[in-house]
Amino acid sequence: MFGYFLSRLGMFIPTFLGVTLISFMFIRVLPGDPIIVMAGERGMTEERYQEMVEKLGFDKPVLQQYWEYLTGVLQGDLGESFVTKKPVWDEFFALFPATMELSLCAMIFAVALGLPAGVIAAVNRGKFFDRALMSSALVGYSMPIFWWALLLIIVFSGNLGWTPVSGRIDLLYYFPDVTGFMLIDSLLSGQEGAFASAVRHLILPTIVLGTIPLAVIARQTRSAMLEVLGEDYIRTARAKGLAPVRINGLHALRNALIPVITVIGLSVGTLLAGAILTETIFSWPGIGKWMVDSIFRRDYPVVQGGLLMIAVIVMLVNLLVDVLYGVINPKIRRR
Amino acid sequence: MAELSATPPKIEERPSALREFWYYFSENRGAVFGLWVFAAFVFCAAFAPLLAPYDPTEQFRTHILQPPAWQEGGSWAFPLGTDPLGRDMLSRLIMGSRYSFFVGIVVVCVAVTGGVIVGLLSGFAPKWVDTLIMRVMDIILSFPSLLLALVLVAILGPSLTNAMIAIAIVFQPHYVRLTRASVLSERQKDYVTSARVAGAGKARLMFKTVLPNCLAPIIVQAALSFSTAILDAAALGFLGMGAQPPTPEWGTMLAEAREFILRAWWVVTFPGLAILVTVLAINLMGDGLRDALDPKLKRS
Repeated sequence: MFGYFLSRLGMFIPTFLGVTLISFMFIRVLPGDPIIVMAGERGMTEERYQEMVEKLGFDKPVLQQYWEYLTGVLQGDLGESFVTKKPVWDEFFALFPATMELSLCAMIFAVALGLPAGVIAAVNRGKFFDRALMSSALVGYSMPIFWWALLLIIVFSGNLGWTPVSGRIDLLYYFPDVTGFMLIDSLLSGQEGAFASAVRHLILPTIVLGTIPLAVIARQTRSAMLEVLGEDYIRTARAKGLAPVRINGLHALRNALIPVITVIGLSVGTLLAGAILTETIFSWPGIGKWMVDSIFRRDYPVVQGGLLMIAVIVMLVNLLVDVLYGVINPKIRRR
Repeated sequence: MAELSATPPKIEERPSALREFWYYFSENRGAVFGLWVFAAFVFCAAFAPLLAPYDPTEQFRTHILQPPAWQEGGSWAFPLGTDPLGRDMLSRLIMGSRYSFFVGIVVVCVAVTGGVIVGLLSGFAPKWVDTLIMRVMDIILSFPSLLLALVLVAILGPSLTNAMIAIAIVFQPHYVRLTRASVLSERQKDYVTSARVAGAGKARLMFKTVLPNCLAPIIVQAALSFSTAILDAAALGFLGMGAQPPTPEWGTMLAEAREFILRAWWVVTFPGLAILVTVLAINLMGDGLRDALDPKLKRS
């Protein structure tokens, strides 16, 4: 097991270096001089320009620049934002809980609906229910989520007035950040209505972000279940006269879960990409919106740092999934 | 010893590849339906200027935000209504099919060509080249595709062409992995060894002997990428990083219409519906292709 972990880690390190190299190159392959861009329309004196070149290290050999960048990254130094002048690292971790909260809720939504839907479809294979579920899953899978978000806003915010259109909580409420998770913080604050407001703000973004993972999980669960239901041990269980609920729920689902867990782990990338669109539409103050805004403001250190951090998170989750997979399924370890 | 029968058993003629394909493909009714919708979409894209009742950029200043014909205040002159600048929605949607089709074709061609060549090389090259290529692909795959495409477009500058380049780059690793995996399993087989013994060169082995037998999963993936490319290009357009206004690209149209969502439902509903229907049709078709071409991948 330890050997498996080490070999997996051995693949992680070169990939990590490659990712840092890409994010390092990002600011250097941009058309135009980033320092001029930074100066904006006011322009810049020659002295100031030289000062900035020195500060950003553009006068040194590229290899040395990369080395300094890499050692900086490992110590949590991602540079400073051109706009806010704050360290990118701090900004990232200030906004990350918002994205994390939204992604977790979306994932819970997707798993809570997708797993049972997949199981029910597999058990009722070929019947009306199966067809209806799988057709809706395909529609969900093909959904342009930015349009889906707008439709939900039209119906639930515009026509019915049930949910707010943007933000994480009503402006009425103010309480200090404890965990960064609005649902927990609003409960901790003890203010009346704060929690309900946080929930109402979360509903639409959760549905929008969870739609594609939901469709993928439902499809994956169904096909994994169908495969398992054809196995001999299921027939044995049936022959023994076990209750169908027990067979489907315990014997089959447990074994069908392995591919499903992989899919859940691999959805992290999808969630973060979806967060870019979802957060932009719902003005959700998280990483996705921060990245899009920074791209438009040409705040290159932020784009560079954010790109790196998101890639590292995706890689870490994939590493974790692989290791967990090895724990669940011993056949994989021995390869 | 068993006795040999006097007459050799009658050899049944194998149905032609196309007929066999159609037999399995048409078993999936959804796929056939998807094919028809896709055909309509291609027809629309091909003859867009003839089908569109108006020029997609022509502004009818007296008919701003006119609702669709069946709603009060609408008229059959503008069946799907007009947008905030008084442009005919139907004409813009029809013209928009061209952009989406174009994006799909270009992205799939570029990604497949590049990916297949790199994948073949990776499968035939010495171990260290293979490892290097696969690590590079892992690196690209570490970035969420839309994010990487967004950043690439930020570097290249926002336009439809750059969006297509970015999406093609992001899709590449899937084809590299897919091709490499099939190459590695095909290479072990006897027919490849016999071709090698017969003196086939590396290039012939790669492109003539092995590649045709790896095509099935690649074709299936290409169909699915076609729809993802349309979605991603529309998403980039929606974020203002794809086609620029006044181009009637569906995602860009949605972005332009965003502020009117509570006043005029039709400017938001129709472009999105167009994207959904097209993508859904292609995905349905992709499922059918998978069933017909690649029995190994067949999901029950």
